Amino acid sequence: MNFELTNEQQMLKEMVQDFADKEIVPYAREVDETSKMRYETFEKLGELGLLGIPFPEKYGGAGGDTISYCIAVEEIGKACGGTGLSYAANTSLGASPIYYFGTEEQKQEWLVPMAKGKTMGAFGLTEPNAGSDAGGTRTRAILDGDEWVINGEKCWITNAGYSRQIIVTAVTGKREDGRNIVSAIIVPSDTPGVTISCNYDKMGVRGSNTCEIILENVRVPRANLLGDEKKGFSQFLFTLDGGRISIAALSVGIAQAALDKALQFAKERQQFGQSISKFQAIQFKLADMAMELELARNQVYKAAWLKDQGKPFGKEAAFAKLFASEAGFRICNQAIQIHGGSGYMKEYDVERYLRDIKLMEIGEGTSEIQRLVIARHLGC
Amino acid sequence: MNIFVLLKRTFDTEEKITIAKGAINEEGAEFIINPYDEYAVEEAIQLRDNHGGEVTVVTVGNEEAEKQLRTALAMGADKAVLINTEDDLESGDQFTTAKILAEYLKDKEADIILAGNVAIDSGSGQVGPRVADLLDIPYVTTITNLEISGETVTVVRDVEGDSETIETKLPVLVTAQQGLNEPRYPSLPGIMKAKKKPLEELELDDLDLDEDDVEAKTKVVEIFLPPTKEAGRVLEGELDAQVKELVNLLHKEAKVI
Ligand SMILES: Cc1cc2nc3c(=O)[nH]c(=O)nc-3n(C[C@H](O)[C@H](O)[C@H](O)COP(=O)(O)OP(=O)(O)OC[C@H]3O[C@@H](n4cnc5c(N)ncnc54)[C@H](O)[C@@H]3O)c2cc1C
Ligand SMILES: Cc1cc2nc3c(=O)[nH]c(=O)nc-3n(C[C@H](O)[C@H](O)[C@H](O)COP(=O)(O)OP(=O)(O)OC[C@H]3O[C@@H](n4cnc5c(N)ncnc54)[C@H](O)[C@@H]3O)c2cc1C
Repeated sequence: MNFELTNEQQMLKEMVQDFADKEIVPYAREVDETSKMRYETFEKLGELGLLGIPFPEKYGGAGGDTISYCIAVEEIGKACGGTGLSYAANTSLGASPIYYFGTEEQKQEWLVPMAKGKTMGAFGLTEPNAGSDAGGTRTRAILDGDEWVINGEKCWITNAGYSRQIIVTAVTGKREDGRNIVSAIIVPSDTPGVTISCNYDKMGVRGSNTCEIILENVRVPRANLLGDEKKGFSQFLFTLDGGRISIAALSVGIAQAALDKALQFAKERQQFGQSISKFQAIQFKLADMAMELELARNQVYKAAWLKDQGKPFGKEAAFAKLFASEAGFRICNQAIQIHGGSGYMKEYDVERYLRDIKLMEIGEGTSEIQRLVIARHLGC
Repeated sequence: MNIFVLLKRTFDTEEKITIAKGAINEEGAEFIINPYDEYAVEEAIQLRDNHGGEVTVVTVGNEEAEKQLRTALAMGADKAVLINTEDDLESGDQFTTAKILAEYLKDKEADIILAGNVAIDSGSGQVGPRVADLLDIPYVTTITNLEISGETVTVVRDVEGDSETIETKLPVLVTAQQGLNEPRYPSLPGIMKAKKKPLEELELDDLDLDEDDVEAKTKVVEIFLPPTKEAGRVLEGELDAQVKELVNLLHKEAKVI
């Protein structure tokens, strides 16, 4: 066993930290207030090779491991939760499915520009009537000659407004047992019939672009089907397992920011003639926060490590996501508490952390769904 | 062009520094490339990109400095050399470092050597000029601009906020001042490549040096933190009286005039 980051991972961490301090932190409040993603940040992330960390060099990536990717997500999330969400969704949901399930042509056409940071990508699974229950997908794709004709509606799709293509899930047929076959199809965003509107007024992660997508008689080549038509569903499950590790890493980043602020505030704030960090009540809060944060980070690294070793990681990814998001929420909440009335004010940032981290208990599988996944791994 | 950069690993002075047993407490301190050396690395990479050649970063230090060397390689330097003095030397000073570097550099036929203007830890600003002196080549310190055309080197240097333009010839040693350039971040592909770039490790023996040859010429008598800043004082009363009191205080108490 070895709990130390490699030289490269350590260097990456410092590089992303430096970059985030200069290029992300100064805009975090602005993107939260305006609810507008700062695309320039992503162009710069692309120039540094950070949009293709876990993909091989031959696909324009950096050939890094999942741990390196998690380190980057954590550091970006620490600077700005919204930017962190868009960053994580871009790699885990927008690009990974094409890397894992795409044909060579699809990788060249769609993955390479993403990994090089020339464009972003999105993954559209959720619909107004199909959230946790992805099997309830209503969007349909019907084969007409050499083209898929797609009709349906997707909601809350991250990055769709900045993506060259969106991977859309749709019902393509019925199994023998009568259940729907759900497949994934790559839809270029500029295809006629695709309408993308990004006007949600969100509670948090407001620096992240979130869109509604309407698909009306959208025609794409038959060759745009991603992976195996019949195995569409298990493909998303694999994609989501990977995505969960990154949502856990993002939770750790936001929670770390909250702990840093709370600790600093507690040392500086004087009440009753001494700094409040001298009160045991505050010390115990900080101790719990630091402990939960470290445990969450360890689980993120463990799940990432298992994935890098090619071992099963679904259960561990669910552990990581569930624990990091829920512990992270507690940490952000306590950070506000330690700040007292100041914490309730926007200028101290901790209220934003709480709004941002709430999404982590919902996106890419709610906490309840994580518990279902874990229970299934236990054989229930 | 054969380009060398002198690089030092230092603690980050933006972090809190503590002193224990007469030395800077290394535990908990963050270590970085001396910021002025970062300008030197950046300038060296730009020179290489414009004129061709190779950038070698050299440091005198211990094993820990490998990380800073790898960072320079990740930024784009081609080769790194660690002169590891851990087993040979207990302490050293600017003379020690300069002597070792000069010994290493003497047969390398460097066209240009870039260093930082000062190291932010000991702050002497001596290593660069001393190396140049030992190699018997010209040097220009605190530069903010550098242009090379053929053998001619045109340098702008910072002189207490003003600037001075100097022309000299290769080979030359220059030391970098803030403003020379904007050091790049090491890119991720750069970091991945750095792992495979050559990093040579040498000891004093390899340079035919003895401990005695490089024995420090100076001795550190004491290390202490600057006095903590005291609360400011607001003068009151008539303006004339305030001015008089201020002058009086500056003269008698602060002893600055
Ligand atoms: C900011 C943001 C970004 C998003 N980005 C994307 C994206 O890029 N792509 C994408 O496809 N989707 C995206 N989503 C959608 C997200 O994945 C869903 O919101 C999430 O999966 C939950 O689905 P739902 O909202 O329909 O909730 P529902 O599924 O309706 O759940 C409502 C509640 O019921 C509970 N519940 C549901 N089923 C069960 C059950 N069987 N047992 C116990 N409890 C249950 C849930 O846990 C939850 O508490 C995003 C959402 C947001 C808010
Ligand atoms: C929206 C809003 C409206 C408000 N309206 C009013 C109003 O109308 N009138 C008014 O007078 N005030 C008002 N306040 C102020 C509010 O009452 C204070 O914010 C609150 O009493 C906490 O004080 P503080 O913010 O200074 O936090 P602090 O007292 O600095 O507390 C910071 C943290 O230290 C903890 N702490 C402090 N002392 C101890 C101790 N001895 N032992 C253990 N823990 C300790 C606190 O519990 C908290 O977690 C308002 C605040 C807000 C946010």
